[in-house]
Amino acid sequence: MPYQELKMYQTGTFVVGNRLLDPDQRSVQARVDRSNALTSGHRACQGCGEALGARYVLDTAMSATGNQLIAANATGCLEVFSTPYPESSWGLPWIHSLFGNAPAVATGVAAALRAKGRDEVRVIGQGGDGGTLDIGFACLSGLFERNDDVLFVCYDNEAYMNTGVQRSGATPPAARTATTKPVGDEPGNVFGQGKNAPLIAMAHEIPYVATATVSELRDLEAKVERAMEFRGARYLHVFVPCPLGWGSASRDTIRIARLAKETGLFPVFEAENGEVVSVSKIRRPVPVEDYLKLQRRYAHLFGDNGRPDVIARLQEIADRNIRRFGLLGKDEGPPGEATDAAGLPPGQQGPVEAADRETNLMRLLAETHHGAQ
Amino acid sequence: MSDKPFAITLDPGSSLANKTGSWRTERAVYVERQPPCNHACPAGENIQAWLYEAESGEGGYARAWRKLMEDNPFPAVMGRVCYHPCETSCNRGQLDEAVGINSVEGFLGDEAIRQGWTVDVTREPSGKRVLIAGAGPSGLSAAYHLRRLGHDVTIHEAGPIVGGMMRFGIPKYRLPRDVLDAEAQRILDMGVTLELNHKVTNLLESMQEGRFDAAFLAVGAHIGKRAYIPAGEAARILDAVSVLRGMEGEEKPMLGRRVVVYGGGNTAMDVARTAKRLGATEAIVVYRRTRERMPAHEFEVEEAEEEGVMMKWLSTIKQADEGKLVLEKMELDESGFPQPTGELEELEADSLVLALGQEADLSLLDGVPGLEVEDGVVKVGPNLMTGHAGIFAGGDMVPAERTVTVGIGHGKKAAGCIDVWLLGEEYEPPPEHELASYDKLNPWYYADAPRTHRPQLELARRSSTFEEVRHSLDQSNALYEARRCLSCGNCFSCDNCYGVCPDNAVLKLSDAAAANVNGYEIDLDFCKGCGMCVSECPSGAIKMVPEEI
Repeated sequence: MPYQELKMYQTGTFVVGNRLLDPDQRSVQARVDRSNALTSGHRACQGCGEALGARYVLDTAMSATGNQLIAANATGCLEVFSTPYPESSWGLPWIHSLFGNAPAVATGVAAALRAKGRDEVRVIGQGGDGGTLDIGFACLSGLFERNDDVLFVCYDNEAYMNTGVQRSGATPPAARTATTKPVGDEPGNVFGQGKNAPLIAMAHEIPYVATATVSELRDLEAKVERAMEFRGARYLHVFVPCPLGWGSASRDTIRIARLAKETGLFPVFEAENGEVVSVSKIRRPVPVEDYLKLQRRYAHLFGDNGRPDVIARLQEIADRNIRRFGLLGKDEGPPGEATDAAGLPPGQQGPVEAADRETNLMRLLAETHHGAQ
Repeated sequence: MSDKPFAITLDPGSSLANKTGSWRTERAVYVERQPPCNHACPAGENIQAWLYEAESGEGGYARAWRKLMEDNPFPAVMGRVCYHPCETSCNRGQLDEAVGINSVEGFLGDEAIRQGWTVDVTREPSGKRVLIAGAGPSGLSAAYHLRRLGHDVTIHEAGPIVGGMMRFGIPKYRLPRDVLDAEAQRILDMGVTLELNHKVTNLLESMQEGRFDAAFLAVGAHIGKRAYIPAGEAARILDAVSVLRGMEGEEKPMLGRRVVVYGGGNTAMDVARTAKRLGATEAIVVYRRTRERMPAHEFEVEEAEEEGVMMKWLSTIKQADEGKLVLEKMELDESGFPQPTGELEELEADSLVLALGQEADLSLLDGVPGLEVEDGVVKVGPNLMTGHAGIFAGGDMVPAERTVTVGIGHGKKAAGCIDVWLLGEEYEPPPEHELASYDKLNPWYYADAPRTHRPQLELARRSSTFEEVRHSLDQSNALYEARRCLSCGNCFSCDNCYGVCPDNAVLKLSDAAAANVNGYEIDLDFCKGCGMCVSECPSGAIKMVPEEI
């Protein structure tokens, strides 16, 4: 009889709750008394990843600060769908000024609190990828270099969704938007443009930078909690699929976020003082097609006039991320994290080696597939 | 609002006035789909439900056992002799390996025996009396369920002891007798009247004498089938049922050093393995088809081979003489039937045991009007009632697969149908739930967990003693194994729906309520019908249904 370590919780920390875990080991979202900082009645589309991500982040931050929290919001979907006059969906002090100045407003709120000696009240700035990476970028870089005591959260849905899906600095290559039509030799958004906000944030050597997705709740909550342990400038970049802008089914929002991480297209990691301290390993490696084909913004890459060559270039991006961030291999996260839940007996092959082999196989399959088209 | 500057300050949470439920064209609905294990269980167990209880460990084991006992009063026996079709159909088999349902069941059964757990009769006495003929798995199971339904039960058993084929057909190394005795006694202790050495010969007379309102017949099939084999006077030919039955007496059957078993079913394996344990140097199974076509279960064949039982495929026995047999080689024709080749060979053998199946002794039915017998078994309706009103039958004497589990299932079903009949109502089959097939699940959420395999007795001791071959699980690995259950088609309170709704439109009723199944409710005031809760539900316990527009 092989030695069997007993550490199996059926669904581990993959699910939101898990009745088999002690209540204090469960997520904030599993609590009946979670703050629902972004409450019902908001006008986000069905299956909105941003609405979900914002509630995840703010509920966790509320819990971590004992509800002593103020949010400054950039213009964008999140602002528009949550506050159509005369209603507000917010359950915390919340301020909106302009599209480009949310980081500066957050800085101002933090400065005011410091002046008043209200250290216990914490500040979050938040916005979409347009407000963060493009229009508000100078203010954000200023917030970082001054190391203002603000957690800035970018909900990245990879384009200007509120105004009709125009390209942003976060739009991935080949994606169709209203301003990057799927025509010509390089259909959709071009390769080699755009910027990587988390890495730019890290270059400011601020205390804490992390990425997360709405598909890995426990990871996201752990990062918000960790961020609230620091003073100074912190940056959290959350991947939030947009059913409307991406042309995906509303039920698939979390699935798509999961696939973005599992393909390697969206690396999930955290960094402290400019250095990566942990990465979320890929659990079930998949080729990029699995992610792309669920979204109509990539539809021009498939079918009779498909572009396997373009898909191959996207796969290269994923492969580079996998190499660069070390996304394959054994997860060495703290106890209680997702991959620790199985408690594999020593000597038995864990999912990790299997994952490695699977990836190679997937790669081969993907290449064969491309060759055939 | 009016005391604040226009469009500058809004009240917190005021969007609750905006009922976004009006956007919806589909709504999410919680469902209970039928898990494939339950669907496959011949005893009609609610496996997913008792595994759910066992997943908590500690106090959960007693709750799990009670849940299990609602359908099957023999968990410890089942955990040893059931061929577990539940595991064959388990959805986890498509993820890594099937959940070891059978081993967890055995653990719960053993735990109940250790702790002395019992089941109470809760229903008021009905005053109705039911006669059961036969104290095998089917009869005992019916007795148990009828007692729980408040009826008076009397069992007439032809033999000197209860258990039927569980005792006289299954060797000790697969089912230790103390386990069988404990579970049978627990049923008898519920107030069942048992008359041993009481063979029912005239059913209607017995019913009249005992003023019985209904009868359940479960006399089994205990007569070994014979095949015509030309034999010399000194040839020693026995039948498998007698050999296995003989194992329960003081005098063990004399089989000699070289034993040949004719047949390819589980009973053939049981006899060959028993012969090895009785000291035979050679135990050879002769079967007229190939291994792939054997009716014996794969693990029984494997275990027999491990213990040194030899197999002779594609052979029939032409003649039996003292000390030797004449075999004829066979070959399969296009349709897979064995055909003789005319090629003969001799095989030394001290005895030949025929394991060619069993027949039922139906003499007790003589003179009962309305009964129909076909192919040696009694015809019954969907409610297990024979052609004679009030007389029901089950187990090996009716047309069905002949296993302990099927017999136990018949006992349960017959008890329910007898109850309905006694109340003067019509039997209605329970509604079928939609099957929770693998495509209904979201397997991402389940932790990686390879299966725990039950340890086996060392080989050296397996062929010389009658000790149990498969060991049971203990507390720790039983818990691990139970938690591998995917809970297919049924809510297991993971909070995913509550967590993933972008509109907070899933209500978690309370921590206490959510500890029980279906502790959630869709808030239709705000549900926009995105379907995320459905696609992220690990177990497929929610579905989208169109709104009437």
